[in-house]
Parts: sequence; structure tokens; C-alpha cells
Amino acid sequence: MLLIRCPYCEEERPELEFRNAGEAHIARSADMAATSDDDFEKFFFIRSNPKGIIYERWRHMHGCARFFNAVRDTVSDRFLMTYKAGEPKPAKLPGASK
Amino acid sequence: MIAAFRIPGAGRLKQAETARFSFDGQSYAGVEGDTLASALLANGVHLVGRSFKYHRPRGFLSAGAEEPNALVEIKRDSARKTPNVRATVQELYDGLTAQSQNRWPSLSFDVSAVGDIASPLLSAGFYYKTFMWPKSAWKNLYEPKIRAAAGLGVAPDQPDPDHYSARYAHCDVLVLGGGAAGIASALAAAETGVRVILADEQADFGGSLRFESGAKIDGQDGFAWAQGAVATLKAMDNVRVLSRTTAFGYYAQNFVGLVERVSDHLQNPGRGLPRERLWQVRASRVVLATGAIERHMVFADNDRPGIMLASAARIYLNHYGVAVGRNVGVYTANDSAYAAAIDLKKAGVGVAAIVDLRDNPTGPVIDEARALGIEINFGRAVIRAGGKLRVSSMTVQPKNGGGERTIPVDAILMSAGWTPSVHLFSQSRGKVAFNDETKRFVPGTYAQDCVSVGACNGTDGLSATIDEAYSAGAKAAKEAAVKNAGANAAKGAKPKVDASESWSRGMLGAAPGAGADTTVKAFVDFQNDVTAKDIRQAVHEGMRSIEHVKRFTTNGMATDQGKTSNMHGLAIAAETLGKPIPQVGLTTFRAPYTPVTFGSIVGHARGPLFDPTRKTAIHPWAERQGAVFEDVGQWKRAWYFPKAGEDMHAAVDRECVTVRKTAGLFDASTLGKIEVVGPDAARFMELLYTNPWEKLEPGRCRYGIMLREDGFIYDDGVVGRLAPDRFHVTTTTGGAPRVMNHMEDYLQTEFPHLNVWLTSITEQWAVIAVQGPKSRDIIAPLVEGIDMSDEALPHMSVREGKICGVPTRLFRMSFTGERGFEVNVPADHGQAVWEALWAEGQKHGACAYGTEAMHVLRAEKGYIIVGQDTDGTVTPNDAGLDWAVGKKKTDFVGIRGMARPDLVAKGRKQLVGLKTKDPKVVLEEGAQIVGDPKQAIPMTMIGHVTSSYWSENCGRSIALALVAGGRDRMGETLYVPMPNGTIEVEVTGMVFFDEKGERLNG
Repeated sequence: MLLIRCPYCEEERPELEFRNAGEAHIARSADMAATSDDDFEKFFFIRSNPKGIIYERWRHMHGCARFFNAVRDTVSDRFLMTYKAGEPKPAKLPGASK
Repeated sequence: MIAAFRIPGAGRLKQAETARFSFDGQSYAGVEGDTLASALLANGVHLVGRSFKYHRPRGFLSAGAEEPNALVEIKRDSARKTPNVRATVQELYDGLTAQSQNRWPSLSFDVSAVGDIASPLLSAGFYYKTFMWPKSAWKNLYEPKIRAAAGLGVAPDQPDPDHYSARYAHCDVLVLGGGAAGIASALAAAETGVRVILADEQADFGGSLRFESGAKIDGQDGFAWAQGAVATLKAMDNVRVLSRTTAFGYYAQNFVGLVERVSDHLQNPGRGLPRERLWQVRASRVVLATGAIERHMVFADNDRPGIMLASAARIYLNHYGVAVGRNVGVYTANDSAYAAAIDLKKAGVGVAAIVDLRDNPTGPVIDEARALGIEINFGRAVIRAGGKLRVSSMTVQPKNGGGERTIPVDAILMSAGWTPSVHLFSQSRGKVAFNDETKRFVPGTYAQDCVSVGACNGTDGLSATIDEAYSAGAKAAKEAAVKNAGANAAKGAKPKVDASESWSRGMLGAAPGAGADTTVKAFVDFQNDVTAKDIRQAVHEGMRSIEHVKRFTTNGMATDQGKTSNMHGLAIAAETLGKPIPQVGLTTFRAPYTPVTFGSIVGHARGPLFDPTRKTAIHPWAERQGAVFEDVGQWKRAWYFPKAGEDMHAAVDRECVTVRKTAGLFDASTLGKIEVVGPDAARFMELLYTNPWEKLEPGRCRYGIMLREDGFIYDDGVVGRLAPDRFHVTTTTGGAPRVMNHMEDYLQTEFPHLNVWLTSITEQWAVIAVQGPKSRDIIAPLVEGIDMSDEALPHMSVREGKICGVPTRLFRMSFTGERGFEVNVPADHGQAVWEALWAEGQKHGACAYGTEAMHVLRAEKGYIIVGQDTDGTVTPNDAGLDWAVGKKKTDFVGIRGMARPDLVAKGRKQLVGLKTKDPKVVLEEGAQIVGDPKQAIPMTMIGHVTSSYWSENCGRSIALALVAGGRDRMGETLYVPMPNGTIEVEVTGMVFFDEKGERLNG
């Protein structure tokens, strides 16, 4: 069971309290109705599914109920950092190896 | 009376304290503190099981958790039968009843042992090759026969009456393994004041100190030192000591699963005691002190009862006071078996000879053995064991060939060396490294915050072990303390080793007697009956990776997970491939380390506690009325209310007719309810639902549809606007949590600029639907402050006021097509208001109706149920709900998805009504629909039935269906092929009753 740090509660809590909510930083267009088929495909269907660093959304479902973002290594399952929803993709990641 | 092989004065048990037990119906006496294995051996019993594949007679190989052979069934009563219990870890209690397994008719005469004679047919991979054709024979003949012949114990046939508990724990330093290394680490860590947990799988701490007679620490015998040290630890507030506790799994971020066997060793476990306790421990630092496991020698017939690991014989002697024979032979490739011979000899047991594969080893144990007059043969191999149900001799030959000599023995103690137990380290995703000099895999690269100490780290010698373990324990405490704040300097003193034994090296793979040119049965894996020949054969047949060799031969795949066999198997494969061992690779270690019961994993989450049951405020009333309930998610819902003599059909017909004739009361409390509040509430609703909301006047309601971004229907429900900034949203019963999550997701992440609060109010409001022509007459006398006239309270409106003196949100709405109301009252008042309405209803001949009648009534009107008539691929247009999509809206969730080419293409499946040509025939929900019943099979399906009922109000059956191009097929005849014939149906509109909707005001 993973330990996840909720950036709102500022606590490391067990995975049981959280729910994954898919890849992060996929912006919904402000003019959704005018989106082209190709752009809609990219927005709705295409996900990066990387081996390595993934930026993803989590919700502290059984805690503060807030959605937030996390950076996780899909190989080691290690969380590199978490940050609040709406904050930009971090430019620098803390030490990925251990 | 003392048992025949118990040596008076030997061992640590109080031999006067006897415990009676039975094995295969025969009664024996053991001693308190025995394991079932030591007690049987004390009585001279070696034959305890039959092997998995060949049904060969088997005895005890070991004295611990690695035991592959001695699996028995322990029976407490008819429900408490535990199969596949390792007799070497089952502690004896007075009255214990055990049975051997996998034999018929008896252990000493087993007819299936012909498998042994027919074994050339059962070689590696035999089931992949032999039982292929004909295909049908696999299911009917081969599989049942193989399953009957192979296998181990029999699963219990009754529910488990025991209970199992679970605990979560946190600590700074978790020490796994309570031998010399683990105890030293725990002492060092505990003295700094950090929180320490020390766990060991045995009843007694000490690990190998239980048999190492040569160990002296702090001036005491090693075992006595261990007991003293553990007593010290137990007395400390910051230390938890767990015995009989196996760490079975090492998971992410130092999360370790342990199982504590709480009462399996007790004669009369109190009712209050769980059988086992699952510990889920999160540790800042983990110290792995899991020791090493001795390997057997691989030679012909090395599985005969009486042949066992040298260390096992020492534990039986030095701890339990039991001699494993009267005239034992020793076969070894390292020093540690000499100590077994010396201990036994000193205890008065005859040692026929030591056979040592090495050429000219020297050392103190060899000198001591020689001084005791034990015959030692260097450079020789045991090429075969005699005897069948018990070993009777060993045949010795110079390892490079030459004259044979047969020595009579009644036991053979063997040691090929020691394998570090890197299981938990490997489970932590650490990478092992092969030490070419010592020929063993030891921890290499660490993946988590843990450290290995002692034998599991490849550290030889007690002194080096204690040094390493003590400093690792102190370091782990310091590191954990930096993280968790606060640790003192260690105040204790490092234990001082005064005398120790050394275990040097050994060998891997097959010994000369089972060398490459032989086909004898020299077992590598006892539990799965894998021989050296099988592994060579797997390589010859093309297996190159150890992972393939493992699966082809099943080496290491039994419940012991290859604790004794993996290294031998790997070495034989490497030798056959002509490659160095590290290039062939080690198979992956996976949890659990030893088998874990389902009970301990499940814990309390069974029966009524498996999942919460949700009941409405009105549930007790419905129960008193004799309602039949159905499960809807976690909810219990009244399904129908049968009167005396009524079956479900009759009850539902009566309920449906009564609602349309007079009125009915329905408990709709399970509806999901969410309050959307705030200055931007209407803007938020515009974005989450297809409908327009800005212009909906307070006091009015609207049927809303929620889509996912892909344009498919996600949920629906009636929404009432209570005030400009307040919406009372209802959702489907099952959809409430996901709708709430969906709303929160958009509010928090896509539309955070909107000033809105979302509150789940499902449990706060009880909902009583009163539907039917008399509904207003029933409600009106109880209502205060709400004008109930059609002008003041038209269809699809909502008012706040009081009913029976309590606050209500009174909705005028209908899910039946009749004049109808939904009375929301605070849940605490739900039952009282229901009873008041019921009393009023009685005056008018109203009934209570359940979910089945609700379904029929709504289907008569063509009202859909999301999740029944839709399935996640249905758009509003498909469902005929285009009218509910705001045409002028520029954005809502799903607006773009809904416009995708495939979702607006012609020929999509659309929701329509179906009438069977024979009105008495009721279609099956889920039945497939075809256009031409005479076409060849497989037919082209053009749709399926989503809802189907008998409608007493219509006097016929009715159905809803999703049919390709359905709305263009009105009046067409379609066909529903069923096993008993094809049913003709006519495509119709979705409304079967009161097409004009006049009854809403009727």
C-alpha cells in the first residue's frame, strides 16, 4: 500500500484514502463546442501512459476530498511529489532515484 | 512414560509435562513445547506423508517453515479442519488430532504409488505433452483423474467458524527475524528509545541459537542469552515483541504484512481469542534478519523417510531432546553437518559414518568428530539410499567412481550448505547479487529503506553477525529518529560473543551419484516431485531461461516456494546450459513467504460485515408490513408488499392498478440528493447538465440529464430550484456517489472560478412519493403553509413548508404519469410522516408499492432508468431526450462529445417501445432482436430488450428496447429468437399508457 502526501492536508496518508483520477494537465478547452475532431480525440482519448514519470490526478476521497496532482514513477511506484490542483507542472523534480 | 527416541535430560522441554495426541488414528504421547514433528519423531515415526506426483513415502526434511514433505491435516472438529499444515511448525497441544494426506487406503500402502513405477510417463512437462488429445478428454477424463491422483490436502467443506482480527501498526524500526542478528538489532534500536517491533515466526526466539550448541554470548549459552535479551525487550515500553508471527509480504514504502498465529497452538482457545491476527505495519526502517536455510544433498532416493537436514536433527536433539535415529549417517559438503554428528554422538546416538564430498577439509569440528571416534570419509559421495518407508542404508562410493560400500543406517543427515533467506529483501524490489566465491545470492541493490543483517546478508560467524546487526539496528534507529523526531544515544552495550560456530560454503546442484549421466530419482524439489533429471530434461527440450525451466518442471512452485530447491535447480540448469549461474538468473520471490490463510486476509470483512447495509428511515415500517426487499447497491429497498396468499405477480399487479385508480405510497428515500448552493449555482448547473437552468424560476423543477465528456448519458434526475442560489438535485439511487465525485471534479479542477458548494444530502432527507389521482387529497390535510392547488403548485414545482409539523420540501412531480408528489422530510421524521400519510391514504384505499411496481408504472409511461435502458453508449438523442438538451447553450459537459461523427450518424440504436404480437408473452430483458428470423446463424443482431414487464393496467406485456434506427421502424415487425421459439414483436412508441399525459393533472 502506497503512502501519498496530500498537499492540502500536508500529511502522508495510506493509499486507501485516495482515488486515482487519471492523467493530469489535460486542459479542457474554454471553447469546447468549437473543438475539432482531432483536438477532441487528443483531449478525451489520448493518454501518455509512460514507463517512468507520470503526472496524474488523485483525490483525497476519504480525507479532505480535494483533487490534487502527483508525480509518480510508474516503474518504482514511488511518488516524487504532490501539488495542488491548478498549480503548473513542476519544472524540477526532487531526487528521482533511491 | 518417556517415548522411545526421547533422550532423558536432553533438550529444553520439561519431559514430565506430557501431551497426548493422535496421528492417523493412533494415539501417542508428546511433551509440552513439542511440535507435531518432534513429538512424532520422539515416537520413532518418520513416515508422515505421500508425495504430490509419485506418491512416494515421505518423512521430515526440516524442523521449520521450509518443510516441503510433512504436510498433515489438523482437525479440531468437523468445521475446523486445516489441510497442508507443516508438522514442523504445528505446536503440540493435548488432544491434537492429525491425519496424513494424499494416500489411499493407508499411508504405508498407497495404491497410487504406481505413479512411482509409471514415472517415466510423468516426467517434466508431462501434462503439456501427454494429455493433449482428444480435446474433450481433458475436461472429462484427464483433468478429473489427475486432480484425484495428485494434490495435497482436502479443503474444509464447512464455513470457517473461527474469527480473525487485524491490526495496523507504525514503528520506527521493524526487525524481522528473532535470531541472534534480529535480537541484536532490536536491542540496539530499542535502547535509543524509538518504537521497535521485533517479530519471529517461531514460538521461541533464538533462530539458529536453538540448535547451535557451540554459541556463547555474554558468558551464557546462546539460547539462554536470546531468552534474556527478549525478556529485556519485552519489558521496554517502546518495544513490541511478536512471536509465532511470520512476515509474509514486503510491500511498497516499508509496508509489511505479518500474520500472528494466536491460538493454533492452544488446546482450548478461548472464544474471545482470534485464530490469527493480521498486522499491517508501516515502518520507517526495516531490519531484515531472516537467516539462512540449509540445503539438502541431491542424490538417488534422497527423499526416503529418515533423510533430513543436519540442522533439523540438531534442533530435534538440542531443543526437543529427540534423537532422529539410533544409527545415523551424515552426508555433507560443508562443516556444519559435523556439528550435528558431534552433538548426536555426545548424546549417545550411534554415528555410522560421515561422508564428505570435499577432498581434504580441515578444521576444529573435523578434528573433534575424529577425536570422538566417528568414521570420516573424504572425497566420497552417497550414491543411493536404501529402504522404502524408512531409510535403511547409504551406499558410498569415491566421488570419481570406484568400489561401492553399503553402510546400514536408520537416518541420514545431510547438508549442502546454507542459502541466505533473501525472500523479503527480494519482495521489497531489492536486487540480489551473486557472490561467486561463496556461491550464493546476497542482497545487492536496495530499493527501500531496509537493511539485511546476519546470515540473510551472507555474513558468516556469530561474532561478525552480532557486530553487523547491532550497528545496523543503531543506525536504523538514528535514521528513523531524524525522520520522526527524537532518539537518545544508545545506552546499552553490544552483546559480546565468547564462542561461535562457523558454517563454511558447501555445494550447489546434483552430487556425483546423481550426476549428468544418471536418470535416478534424485530430488531437487520434494514438494513438487522434481528431480535433477527433470531439470536437465527441461534444458534439453529447449528451456533456456530459469523462469521457463521453473514453469516447465514446476521446480520451486509448490507451497514451500522452493526454499530448499531453488538454488539446486538453478545450479543444475546452469551446468546443463554450460553457463555461469548469474547468467541463468534467479526466479522472482513473491509474497507470501509461507502460506497465509484466507481467514487472516479477510479478517472481519465477512457475512454482514462484508459490505455496509443501508436502510431507509421507513424500512422498519415496510418490514412490519411484510415487504419483500431487494438489494440495490448497498441499499435494502422494499420490492413489493404481498398480501396474504399473493405471489409477487399478484402483488405487483394490485399495486400498479391501485396507484392508477386511487393512489400509492412509495419509499423513494434512496434517491441520491445533492444540494448545489452558491452565487454561481445556476452557472454550474448549466455546465454539468444538458438543460438550461439560468431561466428556471425558483419554485420550479426540471428533469435534468448529465452527460460525460464523451456525450453519453451518465445520470438523470429531477432538479428543483429552491432559490436563485440553491438547487436540490436528485440522482439515481446507484449513481449518487459517482455523480457527486463527477461534480466535485469539475468544480475543483475545471471550473474553480465558480463560487459553489456541493453537499450530499441523500441521508438527510427521507422521500415519500405519493402518486395517483387521490394523492393531493392524502397529503393536503397534513400540510401547512403550502397552497396545494394546481394553479399554485403545478406539475414540476417545489415548495418549502411543513408537513405534520416538520419541515418539508414538497415536490409536485411524477414518475408514474399520475398526479404525484414527493414529500421530502428530515430523515429522523421519515417514519412518522410516512405513518401519518399512510393513515390518510387508508381512507382513500391507497396502497404501499415497491420498486417492482415503480418500474412497471414508469415503463408504462416510457420513462427511462439510466443504467437499465441506457448502458453508457446511449446519447440523449438515442434515448429520445433531445428536448432536454439546451439548444442555445454554448457549453456543458458532453456538448462536444455528443457531436462526434459516430454519435450523430444514422442507424444508431435508439430507444423504442416493443409490443409482442401475443400480448400474453413477456419478453426477457436482455433478449436480442433480429430483423429476419430466417437468416443464417450467426444472425445479425439489431438491438436488445432493455425493460420488459407484464402491465396489468394495459392488459398486456410492454417492453422498451434499443433498436438500430428504431424511430424509423415504427410499426415494423421484428423478431426475438429464444431457445423455445421466435417471438414476433411490433416496434411502437415508448408511451404505453395515457399517451397525452392528461393524468398528470387527473
